[in-house]
Amino acid sequence: IVVMLASPAVMLALLMLNILIIIHLLSVISQNSAGQFFSSGHTNNWAVLVCTSRFWFNYRHVANTLSVYRSVKRLGIPDSHIVLMLADDMACNHRNPKPATVFSHKNMELNVYGDDVEVDYRGYEVTVENFLRVLTGRLPPSTPRSKRLLSDDRSNILIYLTGHGGNGFLKFQDSEEISNVELADAFEQMWQKRRYNELLFIIDTCQGASMYERFYSPNIMALASSQVGEDSLSHQPDLAIGVHLMDRYTFYMLEFLEDIHPASKTNMNDLFKVCPKSQCVSTPGHRTDLFLRDPGSVLITDFFGSVRKVELTMDAINLTDPIKQMEEDPVNGEEQKEVYSYADQLPVSEIIHQKPKQKDWHPPDGFILGLWTLILLVFFKTYGIKHLKHIF
Amino acid sequence: SSMVFKRGSVGAKGPRAYPPHQLHHQMPVLLIQDKRRRGQLAALSIAAVVIIVGVPLWWRTTETYRAWLPVSQIKDLAKLQLHLSADVEVVFARGTVTPEQQKKVPLTQTQDEEHTVDGDLLMQFMILRYETKYRTATIMEEDALKKPTAADLSLHMLSESPCGSLVVYVIPESSSLLPEDVNVYIGQRRTALVRISAQMRVGKTLEQLLAQLEPQIKQVLQVMSFSHTDITVALSDRVRFRPGNKESIADSMRAFKSSPGYEITFSLLNPDPKSHQLHWDIEGAVQTYIQPLLTKLSPLANFSMDSQTLYYTMLGVTPRFDSSFEAYTLNADSLAHVINPVEARLGSNAASSNPVLNFLLYVPDIRHSPLYIHDHRKQEVPSNAFHSPRWGGIMVYNVNGFYGSETEFPVHVNINMAKVMGVFLAQLRLLLGVQSLSPPPGFLVAPCGSTGLADWELDRLMWSRSVENIATATTTITSLAQLLDQIGNIVINDNIAQQVSSAVTSLQLAMAELEVGNLGFALQYSKEAILASEKAFFDPSLLHLLYFPDDQKFAIYIPLFLPMCVPILLSMLKIVSEARQRRREKQAKKE
Repeated sequence: IVVMLASPAVMLALLMLNILIIIHLLSVISQNSAGQFFSSGHTNNWAVLVCTSRFWFNYRHVANTLSVYRSVKRLGIPDSHIVLMLADDMACNHRNPKPATVFSHKNMELNVYGDDVEVDYRGYEVTVENFLRVLTGRLPPSTPRSKRLLSDDRSNILIYLTGHGGNGFLKFQDSEEISNVELADAFEQMWQKRRYNELLFIIDTCQGASMYERFYSPNIMALASSQVGEDSLSHQPDLAIGVHLMDRYTFYMLEFLEDIHPASKTNMNDLFKVCPKSQCVSTPGHRTDLFLRDPGSVLITDFFGSVRKVELTMDAINLTDPIKQMEEDPVNGEEQKEVYSYADQLPVSEIIHQKPKQKDWHPPDGFILGLWTLILLVFFKTYGIKHLKHIF
Repeated sequence: SSMVFKRGSVGAKGPRAYPPHQLHHQMPVLLIQDKRRRGQLAALSIAAVVIIVGVPLWWRTTETYRAWLPVSQIKDLAKLQLHLSADVEVVFARGTVTPEQQKKVPLTQTQDEEHTVDGDLLMQFMILRYETKYRTATIMEEDALKKPTAADLSLHMLSESPCGSLVVYVIPESSSLLPEDVNVYIGQRRTALVRISAQMRVGKTLEQLLAQLEPQIKQVLQVMSFSHTDITVALSDRVRFRPGNKESIADSMRAFKSSPGYEITFSLLNPDPKSHQLHWDIEGAVQTYIQPLLTKLSPLANFSMDSQTLYYTMLGVTPRFDSSFEAYTLNADSLAHVINPVEARLGSNAASSNPVLNFLLYVPDIRHSPLYIHDHRKQEVPSNAFHSPRWGGIMVYNVNGFYGSETEFPVHVNINMAKVMGVFLAQLRLLLGVQSLSPPPGFLVAPCGSTGLADWELDRLMWSRSVENIATATTTITSLAQLLDQIGNIVINDNIAQQVSSAVTSLQLAMAELEVGNLGFALQYSKEAILASEKAFFDPSLLHLLYFPDDQKFAIYIPLFLPMCVPILLSMLKIVSEARQRRREKQAKKE
C-alpha cells in the first residue's frame, strides 16, 4: 500500500481529482451568490387572472380561472399580488346544486373555490376598460390597493385570459370585445413604463393564437390553447351539476401544475408540451420570439410561484443610546385631542336646494329631429307647398 | 304634390288623349329650359352646401380635442445629456506645503470627465465635473486638527459644507491623527483626512505636488461623491444589461426604486403565545433609532411607519435540529421559502400605493428554540437575520436564555430593542440604496453615527436619486409624447398638457441645478418632475378604447353618407353630360 501511495502517477491523479473537486465547489458557491440574481432578474411576482364570460353555461371558464388561481396561490404568490377578475358568480348562482363550490373535476373531486378566494373585480366590473386600466395603471385615484397592479421593473407577471374568443378578439361579458391590437398596445405601454420584467401570457379560448399574433414588446412569452381556425373544446360535463366543468387545455395544465412545488426546477419547455393534440383535439401554440431568455432556462416557478431572492444580513449597526421615554404632558390635564367627525356623506339639504346645473347646449337628438321631420313632411303632403307662405 | 288639372280637361269622358310630342310642343320652350336650369341650380347649390358647410362641420364635430404639447422640448430632453458638478475643497494643513508652494495657493482647478453610456435609444453623454479649490488651513482648523479624537466633528463645527460638496484636509506625515497603516480617513460628515507621504512634498513645485496627490483625492471622490459607475447604475432603466458589472446590478435590484413615499411596517411574530409573552417598546425604539434616519432622509421621500403583532404565525419552513450546534438551524437555501406564507398574513395600508418595507421580528416557539440561521458554509450568521431585495427583512430573536427548565409559562420577555433596531437599521440602509462599498486599501471609514447615515452617504443617495428621477421622468414624458403621437384618437385634456409642461420645466430646472452643483434644489426639482410626469402618464382619461379598424370605419360612414351623396353625384354627372351634349350640338350647328 505504501508503494502504491508513493507512486507518482497515483499521486498526480489524486491531486488532479482534488483540484477538480475544489474548482467545482468554488463554481457552485460563486454561482449561488450571483447566480440567484441573474437566472431570472425578477424580485416579485404578480398574476392577473381574468374570466370574461357570464351565464351559468359558462361555468367552465370560471372554473378555469379559479384553478389557475389556486395553483398560483399554492406556489406562493400572495393575494395582495393577484388581481382576480371573474365576470360571474358561479358559486352562489341559484342554478348551482352545490352552493359555495366550484368544481374542476367531475364527481366533485376538487373544489377550486375554497375558503379564501379573494375576487378583486366581480360581475359587471369585469369590462374591457377596467382590464386595460389595470394593465396600464390608469386607474382613478380612489381605487384601493387590492384592485391595482402595482408591479415594477423587476416583476414577472402572469396573465391568464379565458372565455369565448374569435380571430383577433376576445369577448367580454357577451357585450363587448377586446381586439389583439388593443392588447398589444396595452403591453407596449406597460413596457414603456417598465411595469414588468417578463410577462407570460396564457389564453384559453377558441382561436386563441390570434390574440398573441400582434405583440411587439420585448420579454413576452405567450401560450394559447388553439390555433387560428380551431376551437378550444371543453373537457367533461358533470351530470349532477349539468354543465361542462373545465376546458381541456386548462384541465391538463392544472394536472401539470399539481406536480409542481415551490422548489421544483421544471422549465417552460415542459409547459409547452402540455395537452398535445391527442388529448386536446385543438393544437396548442406558443410564441417565444420576443422573449430574451431561452425557454429551457425559464423555471415554471418564475411565473407561477413566488420564490424570493434572499440575502444574509452581514452587518448590524451598533446602537448605544437608550430609548427615549415618550414624554407625557403633565401640565395639560385636559385632552387636547382634535375632535374628529364624519364628513357628511349625503348632504341632502344641499341637493334639494341646489340650482340645476348649467348643461352645455347639445344639438337636438336624432329622435327629436326625426319626429319634427315627420311632422313637417306630413304637413306639406296634406297642405301643399303653396300654402307655406300663408303660414310663415 | 298633386297636379292641378284645368277644369274641363278631366271630364266624365276622361282626359283627352293628346299624343306626347304634341303635348311637348304645347309647352313653351322657355319653360323647359327654365325648369332644367332650376334643377341644375338646385343640384349645384346642394353640392355647394354639402362641400362648403357640411364637410368642415363633420370634421370639426368628429375630431378629438388635443391640447398642445411641447414636443420639440421633449425631444431635446430625450437626449439626456447630464452634467454633474461637485465642489471639492482641498485644505493643506501646516507642514504639508513648503513656503514657495504656499505662494501659489489659493488655486482653483476644474476637471471634466466625459463618459458615454450605451443606452436603449441613443448613446448618452455624461459630463462629470469636479471643481477643486486649493487653500491653506486657517488657525481654527489647525487647532481642530491637533485634537487627537473627534477632529472630524470639530472641523465640522467650524464650517458646515453644503450638501454635495466635500472638504479634504491634507495632513502631514508626522500627524498622529491616523493610525499607522491608514492613509485616508473618511469621516461621518463631509470631510476626509488624507495623509501626505514625506517624499511627496520635498523639492517639488505645487503642480507636481498636486499631480502626486491627485490619484488619492480621486479615490476619495469615488468613495464619497458620485462616480461613473454609480450614475450608470442609476440610469439602469435606460442602460443595456452589461454582464460585467454584476455587483452593481445586484445593488440596483436590491434597492427600492425612487418613489415619493415609502411605508415601513414593523411586525412582531409570536407563534407561541402560550409560552412567551413578548413585550417590545416599538414606539420608543422607532422614535429613538429609526426616526432620526428618516428625518435625515426626508428630502428624498416621505415615510410612514406602522407596527403590528401577529400571533400563531409560523415560518413556512420546518427548521432542522443540528446536534453539533445544539440548536435548530435554518440554512440559506430554505430561507427563500420562508417569506411567502408569512406575507399572506401581513396587512398593508390600503389607501396608498407606496412601496412597503416589511421588517419582521420572529421569536421561535419553544419547541424550535434556539433557532439560528446558517450561511452556505454552515457558519452562524452573527446578526441572525436576512433580507429580501425590494421586500424587507426578517430577524430571528431567541429568548431561550430567559428561562430555565422550571420556569412558569408564559414567560414575560422584554425584547432588547437596541439590538433589534441595529439590525433593522442596517437592512433599511441597504434596501433604501445606501451602498456598502468595500473601501480601497489604506482607507478607514468612520462608522455612521447614531442616525445611521453619514452625510456623504446621504449626498451619494441624493446624487443617484436625482439622476434616477430625471432619467425616469424623461423616459415617461418621451414615451407619453410618442404614444399620443401614434394613437390619433386619444383625447388630450388641458390638465394633461399642463402637467406635461410643468414636468418639462421641472426637468430643465433640475438639469440646470445639477450642472451648477446645487444638489438640494436639483433633487427637489427632479421630484416635482417625476410627480408631474407620472400624473400625466397615468391620468385615467388617456385610456385608448377608440381603436377602429379601417373596414369598420367604412361600415359606419357608408350608410350615412352614401344615400345623400349618390343623388348629388348623379345630378352632377347629368349636368356635365348635358353641358357636353349642348357643346357638341353647338359645334354641329356651327359646321
